[in-house]
Amino acid sequence: MNTIILTAIWGVVMMLGGAFIKNKSLPRNLAIFGLLVILIFNCIEMNRGESFFNIDVRNMLHFNSFNLTFISVALGCTLLFLLLNGRDFEKIGEHVSEYFALLFFILSGIAIISTFNSLLLLFIGIEIVSIPLYILTGSDKRNLKSNEAALKYFLMGAFSTGIMLLGIAFLYGGSQSGSFYIDNIISGNGPMPAMIATGLVLLLVSMSFKVSAAPFHFWTPDVYDGAPTVITSFMATVIKVAAFFAFVRLFENAFGTMHSQWQNLVVILITATLLFGNLTAVFQQSVKRMLAYSSIAQAGFMLFSLFALNNLAKEGLVLYAAAYSLASIGMFAILVKMKDYTVDGFNGLGKQQPVLAVTATVFLLSLTGIPLTAGFMSKFYMLNAAVLTGHQIWLVIFAVICAAISAYYYFRIIQSMFFKDVSDDVVLAEDITPAFKILLIITSILIIGLGLFPTMLTNWLYF
Amino acid sequence: MDPKNIWITFPELLIWFPLVAGLVAFMIRNQKKVKAWAIISSFITLAISVTSLIYADASKYFYYNNVSYYWLQYIGSNFSIGLDGMGHLLTALTALLFPVIFIATNKTNYKYSNVFYGLMLLTQSGMMGVFAAMDVLVFYIFWELAVIPIYFLCSRWGGKRRIQATFKFFVYTFAGSLLMLIGILYVYMHTAGTDYASHSFSMNAFYAALLSAKEQNLVFWLFFIAFAIKMPVFPFHTWQPDTYEQAPASATMVLSGIMVKMGVFAVIRWILPIFPEAVNKFDNIVIGLSVIGMLYASLIAIKQDDLKRFVAYSSIAHIGLMCAAIFTKSETSLQGVMVQMFNHGINIIGMWIVVDLLEKNAGTRKISELGGVAHKAPVLTIFLVIIALANIALPLTNAFVGEFMMFAGLFKFNMVFAAVALVCIILAAVYTLNMVQKVFYGEANTITEKMLDISFNQKLVLAVLVVFIFLFGVYPQPVFELTKETISALLVRIK
Repeated sequence: MNTIILTAIWGVVMMLGGAFIKNKSLPRNLAIFGLLVILIFNCIEMNRGESFFNIDVRNMLHFNSFNLTFISVALGCTLLFLLLNGRDFEKIGEHVSEYFALLFFILSGIAIISTFNSLLLLFIGIEIVSIPLYILTGSDKRNLKSNEAALKYFLMGAFSTGIMLLGIAFLYGGSQSGSFYIDNIISGNGPMPAMIATGLVLLLVSMSFKVSAAPFHFWTPDVYDGAPTVITSFMATVIKVAAFFAFVRLFENAFGTMHSQWQNLVVILITATLLFGNLTAVFQQSVKRMLAYSSIAQAGFMLFSLFALNNLAKEGLVLYAAAYSLASIGMFAILVKMKDYTVDGFNGLGKQQPVLAVTATVFLLSLTGIPLTAGFMSKFYMLNAAVLTGHQIWLVIFAVICAAISAYYYFRIIQSMFFKDVSDDVVLAEDITPAFKILLIITSILIIGLGLFPTMLTNWLYF
Repeated sequence: MDPKNIWITFPELLIWFPLVAGLVAFMIRNQKKVKAWAIISSFITLAISVTSLIYADASKYFYYNNVSYYWLQYIGSNFSIGLDGMGHLLTALTALLFPVIFIATNKTNYKYSNVFYGLMLLTQSGMMGVFAAMDVLVFYIFWELAVIPIYFLCSRWGGKRRIQATFKFFVYTFAGSLLMLIGILYVYMHTAGTDYASHSFSMNAFYAALLSAKEQNLVFWLFFIAFAIKMPVFPFHTWQPDTYEQAPASATMVLSGIMVKMGVFAVIRWILPIFPEAVNKFDNIVIGLSVIGMLYASLIAIKQDDLKRFVAYSSIAHIGLMCAAIFTKSETSLQGVMVQMFNHGINIIGMWIVVDLLEKNAGTRKISELGGVAHKAPVLTIFLVIIALANIALPLTNAFVGEFMMFAGLFKFNMVFAAVALVCIILAAVYTLNMVQKVFYGEANTITEKMLDISFNQKLVLAVLVVFIFLFGVYPQPVFELTKETISALLVRIK
């Protein structure tokens, strides 16, 4: 509750403040300060189990350690993102303060979709996340690509929201007592009524769209490519994993008892997502676009939590959220500083900017899933959860073959950085401050720390 | 001995010391100092390993050699490491070969030598972890970690086509180990629980896992492909000649001297005890593949003109024999494999050192361009001839003992396989002696004209290897003693 209210308030403060503040760096510092405070308050709520605000939400929101831990992960990643890339918001345009305000509104929406217990609040939360995002995608106003991305995102997003509303309506009609509460929709595990089944499929489609699972992923590469890189970083990490979290919570709480009846739909989604994501990523020349496709591929792995739906899968999802977000935020942060976004633009980075190159290597190894990094542990938890379900072993085998393919495109960047050279007078990256380097190192240490001791995070789920 | 009084155990020392030494090496910018540091630290590791051999008796000194820490106990994995006979043997090999490699390549100067030597020491640490792991998850992690530094070593300091060759190697092993990961998880599902978790990753739990024959048949291949890629066994060997050719000399030595033993070791440690029924079912297929690989590699080795590729193919043939011998599951052949794992490490490193010296000295490694080296470098020639004879397993050399025992087991198992494998031994004599003749004897040509003989360092290193060749050629008993218990425990499980 703390997070929902405080992010909303702070968002308003930032927006109004934008009218008075002329100084450019002040909004950034305000945003970082606000986020830090909110993160601390959320951790307090996690520890004490109760919020500062005593509001009767009529059970429409559910706060437990699982949800709150996830919100902490999301807030922590956003904080890291702001610390790394806060300065780059100034490059997008004039209205820095407004961008931060929109960011806080998104966070408020994320807190809602991580805790919803009613389909209505799911819908509201998704909209609160999406609408500021449409604006942010198009925030580079003079850039045609950014405009195109925003329009595309808006049209497709509106379409998927429509499908979601239709699904919710079906579920409302099909539920026994006419209720929006997700735990009241079905009872028992008998065969699914037609209305519920229709609603389920519609919700599956719309949520797959939000998490960019194939075959509903077509917007992703263009939007990620067109949006300002800073925004892409946020969109591909925190927002994506939050949508995933909502996805899994919805299907676990609403349809968990009928898991076996819709599991095969998830199998199709996983197969398609892994295949499309990995195969298209191989052919990308632009690192930004490659990361967009790789985010689709990673979504395929996260979908395993929906496939397995056991305790290990839930732990794995939170771990995956943290591991994937940390590594991708780090990678995007470096990408923002690069002059040339193609793979060849990374040639010789190891010589010119050793700190950037080494930390980027850690991020890429984590995304590939090499042991000692958080990426390995999260993939390990996911695969373990999937194998423990005891069937569809071929799907797991398919997934690891895709992971081996992913090594190709991640290692291509490593090869460029260390094994290829560029003449000394070419400046590869600019605007690198010592603080930025230190933050990158801290991020790498976090990734390795989580890779060694994933229980640091997963133990919080059981407080 | 009370375990509480022991504050650090041998496997811990063997893993952490090279790791710390490697991290220290990264910080030493001075090339001379970092070389000295690499040699000193690898000697300290060797000293630790030798001490551990003194305390190798498991019944008396169990707590010196085994330790377990809580790690991911809620999913049933602890950080358990320990050394049994086989572990002692291979950690000793690792500890012995690193100083040899460092001294032999001491003359070679690398750009960013601090990173180079740091990565080398990290590789050593990773391989020690593989040999000491008593928990499958720990094993898996070290298994992958050992490859990462090698990947960077080969891609940064290798030959012209290094990036593609090394990447091929990496993707092969990475795909293999991921398949193994699924196998691990599948067996894990069938293990008994611990106090904290419903299943366990510990070695004993895996040995006791209840898998039906049908399940074993599937999971066996998931494991075996990963190990077969590493060894490499035909048809998974295609990465090897390219990688050996392109990698820098010291990395090639690590790869062929120690890293391929990881595959052999892993088959004995994990596949034989966990999947006894599948092993019985597929033994003919695996031995068949190994023997085909031997024959194929030997035939190609005869045609090779590049010395590095030549040694690579001869190594495939040797490893094929080891793999075949393991799957005969007889005591004799398993003991032969143990001896041969150690000795092959020594012989192949000797070969690589000579090849490296030739290349550095003459500027080429084409057999057709060399000739008459014996006139110019007589000492080198003597050493090479001894190592080459050991390579074709002449009696009195170390390889003879191992190969003889492996053949004894193979003969009992199946005459046809043994006969084909014996042809490969003859072929080995053909290609090795042919190479010796072409490179070292005959008239010196313009390329070999200005060759110099080897320096004192290199003489010393090769002399040490030759001592080992003769020592284990006439007295292999210490290796048998060391690995006796491992093998008898293993045979109990299989039967």
